[in-house]
Amino acid sequence: MSTATATFEPPTMKKPRSRARQLLLGPNLLRGAWMTVAGAVFAFALVVVVRAVQGFHVLDGDAIVTVILIAAPLFFLVGIGGFDYWGKWMIGAPTEPEDHSGHGARSWKDYFRVNTDHKVIGIQYTVTAFFFFCVGGLLAEMMRAELAQPGQQLVDSNTFNGLFSVHASLMIFLVIIPIFAGLANFVIPLMIGAPDMAFPRLNALSYWLLPVAGIMMTASFIVPDGGAFNTGWTAYAPLSTDAPLGQNFFTIGVQFAGTSSIMTALNFLVTIITMRAPGMTFWRMPLLVWANFTTSLLVVIATPFVAGSQFLVLLDRALHARFFQSIYGGDVISYQHIFWFYSHPAVYIMMLPGFGIISEVISAKSRKPIFGYRMMALSLLAILVLGFTVWAHHMFVSGMFGWLRVPMMITTMAIAVPTGIKILSWLATLWRGVLELSTPMLFALGFITMFTLGGISGIMLAAIPVDIYTSDSYFVVAHIHYVLFGGSIFTVFAGVYYWFPKMTGRMYDERLGLIHFWTTFIGFNTTFGPMHWLGLEGMPRRVADYADKFAGWNLFVSISAALFGLVQLVFFYNMIVSWKWGPRAPGNPWRAKTLEWQVSSPPPIFNFDEIPQVVGGPYEYGVPGAVHAVLNGDREKVAVGAGDGHHAGAAGGNGHAGGGHDDTVRRE
Amino acid sequence: VRHPFRRHPIIEVIAITIALTAVGTVVVLNVPWLPEEASSQAGEMDTLYDVLAVASVFVFSLVMGILIVSVLRFRRRYGDEGDGVPIHGHTGLEVVWTTIPAIIVTGAAIYSGVVLADIEESKPATKTIDVTAQQFAWTFGYRGEGVKGAGELHLVEDTPYLFKLHAKDVLHSFWVPEFRLKKDAVPGMTTSVRVKPTRLGTYTLVCAELCGLGHSTMRATVRVEDQATFDRWAQAQQKAAPAGGGGQQGAAAPTLK
Repeated sequence: MSTATATFEPPTMKKPRSRARQLLLGPNLLRGAWMTVAGAVFAFALVVVVRAVQGFHVLDGDAIVTVILIAAPLFFLVGIGGFDYWGKWMIGAPTEPEDHSGHGARSWKDYFRVNTDHKVIGIQYTVTAFFFFCVGGLLAEMMRAELAQPGQQLVDSNTFNGLFSVHASLMIFLVIIPIFAGLANFVIPLMIGAPDMAFPRLNALSYWLLPVAGIMMTASFIVPDGGAFNTGWTAYAPLSTDAPLGQNFFTIGVQFAGTSSIMTALNFLVTIITMRAPGMTFWRMPLLVWANFTTSLLVVIATPFVAGSQFLVLLDRALHARFFQSIYGGDVISYQHIFWFYSHPAVYIMMLPGFGIISEVISAKSRKPIFGYRMMALSLLAILVLGFTVWAHHMFVSGMFGWLRVPMMITTMAIAVPTGIKILSWLATLWRGVLELSTPMLFALGFITMFTLGGISGIMLAAIPVDIYTSDSYFVVAHIHYVLFGGSIFTVFAGVYYWFPKMTGRMYDERLGLIHFWTTFIGFNTTFGPMHWLGLEGMPRRVADYADKFAGWNLFVSISAALFGLVQLVFFYNMIVSWKWGPRAPGNPWRAKTLEWQVSSPPPIFNFDEIPQVVGGPYEYGVPGAVHAVLNGDREKVAVGAGDGHHAGAAGGNGHAGGGHDDTVRRE
Repeated sequence: VRHPFRRHPIIEVIAITIALTAVGTVVVLNVPWLPEEASSQAGEMDTLYDVLAVASVFVFSLVMGILIVSVLRFRRRYGDEGDGVPIHGHTGLEVVWTTIPAIIVTGAAIYSGVVLADIEESKPATKTIDVTAQQFAWTFGYRGEGVKGAGELHLVEDTPYLFKLHAKDVLHSFWVPEFRLKKDAVPGMTTSVRVKPTRLGTYTLVCAELCGLGHSTMRATVRVEDQATFDRWAQAQQKAAPAGGGGQQGAAAPTLK
């Protein structure tokens, strides 16, 4: 709340520093770089000294690299300025009050420094995630190139195992989870009528942990001995505890990504609970806010478990702790319980924000209220609770105690009920609407079909006997890609197209958007659809080589994957060119009701000149006289104006590029 | 132009759903998605798969039906700046579409539970085979026949087997797709899986759990044969094994606990 009431203090009078000194010592990337090196040197010295004192062989490469992986990123975060405020406070130096003077981005360079503006951070998150989306995608293309034919052609099996491990880790920890955090970062404070997130400095720090994690995971390929981590994103012990050095890049990288996740989630929770505009009750929150509220609860409760699982692996690896070494009494299966206790809820962490996006897009593009708004919100909470009771369905063939299987099957199938409520409510929202089939809407409809397929195959996998056959086969690979690409990434595309005008102040090219949707939709199905059949025919997953009988479909999938990858270039071309040269976006191009559309595009630095007053639900399309919120100066108008007159011409803000505040007031 | 036989959109949804379900059911039931059935458990598991697949086809067809009709019927006409019908919900409909899926999944869960109990049922005169998984090979020990360290899995048709799975290093997973069953081999504990082969032939045992560099090559041949063929093989193994290294991949002796 401090940000909302922050007062402008006169800038502290300091001796102006020379430019060179400022570059070297100011909080920026250069200071981040040299402090990273300093951190590495510190870590090196620490290991050497400690080992010398202990009488060990002094130059142990694995130990040195491991400590560097922990220390250097922390030094980097200090260098980039993530701790400046708290550092000054701790040593008693005068702190710089958060006066928002650093808010906003005036040039592209502003995206490469610590910035506490939620809108800048949202874009930093989104762009970073798309960068790693490209990296992860390239890794997948290399995998498909190797799998185009049986036998070994391009990469050896060690490299192959590294490819799919890094691909999955990047796509999960650096793409899907943070990109939702990025979109929500931008949109949610606007949606709830807040000037920023509750903890802007924490927000900035959360973001800067991400490139650390991503670079660490990607850099694992340069490890000379053994290459990248190659035990899958699941890193099952004891394979992971015995793996070469590259594994530490995952084990430690996940800590940074997870910390980022948890801090962002706390930020969202506090923001949503305490910073809603007057009148924005929980039952007036847009469903994207509900979705991120629920997701943040999941993150806060679940993510410590993956951190724990990887700490135990790290302790096994670095200090020979033997948590998972059966010959010393360790318990191998306990790793999987801890890991999936996070990683199943993580599936919902990767899906619920997408549900929120779809609700926004479908309501605005159908010009209808969300069907069953309260059930939509409650089903999110139902998924949250049930999501913690199903983890062992990943372990039906793991050899764990058998009695847990049937209860977990029942709870898993039960999740189909709230999920089904959501899908049917979206369909009912379409019914008798006025559907504008533009790119965000098409991705939303594509999401409904693809996610339904993914959900259905999920029910089949929940049935224990079917799972006994299909687990660890390509059927599972198909299922997760239908859920995470056809599900999550489709919602990401829907959301990015939908909020692109708001985020950049420019319109994207609709024609390129349509081309992108249709090629993606087709390419997605031709790439991942046949994987169902490969799995049913008996092809195991995570294999660098396969029996000749699978060759036909694998070649087909590899060719599809190559085309599918290429058509994503249309998206990036559209985004980059439109961001730079696209036509100026009006404040509310979609004539939507939620608050973020009632300010200019891009929004003013402080979002709202005056905190809005929320007076109704967020999706009251077609309801005469219904108003979601009142902005500056419109209060009197609403007091007298509700229900007067008729549809006053163009009910939307297509015409005005500026504030567009008056859109909230519907004149029916 | 108004279509002369303009039907109610709900009728169109029903028609599309029925048509898609019919086509989908024919495809699901007539394309041989799964490998041949070679165990007594496979038939029941495949029936469960078929039932779930047909139910899935129906659900997907219904979703597609509503979606297609919505897109065709309710898409925005050029210049239409109006709003849709402001329907906020319908309690009765919501109760129905909460209850019916709940009933369907309850049925699916009960059915799956019954199949699970059946396929894991212990049968009289079951023979035990020790399966040892090690990066990146399988070895088999037959307690009754005194065969150790065999590199091929030989089974007698129509005999119920209990495989006791041991892992020497990391996780592995025992999977013969034609038998349908799968179970991880876990270091430090013995897991088990029951299979009754019912069909003569040669199959491949594959490792289904990522186990390292050679994961994709960790396979073994499985031969289901008649008793006489099996006995000849077992005798040959008995002669070869004590001499040391006689088995096909006899280097790794299984740990019999």
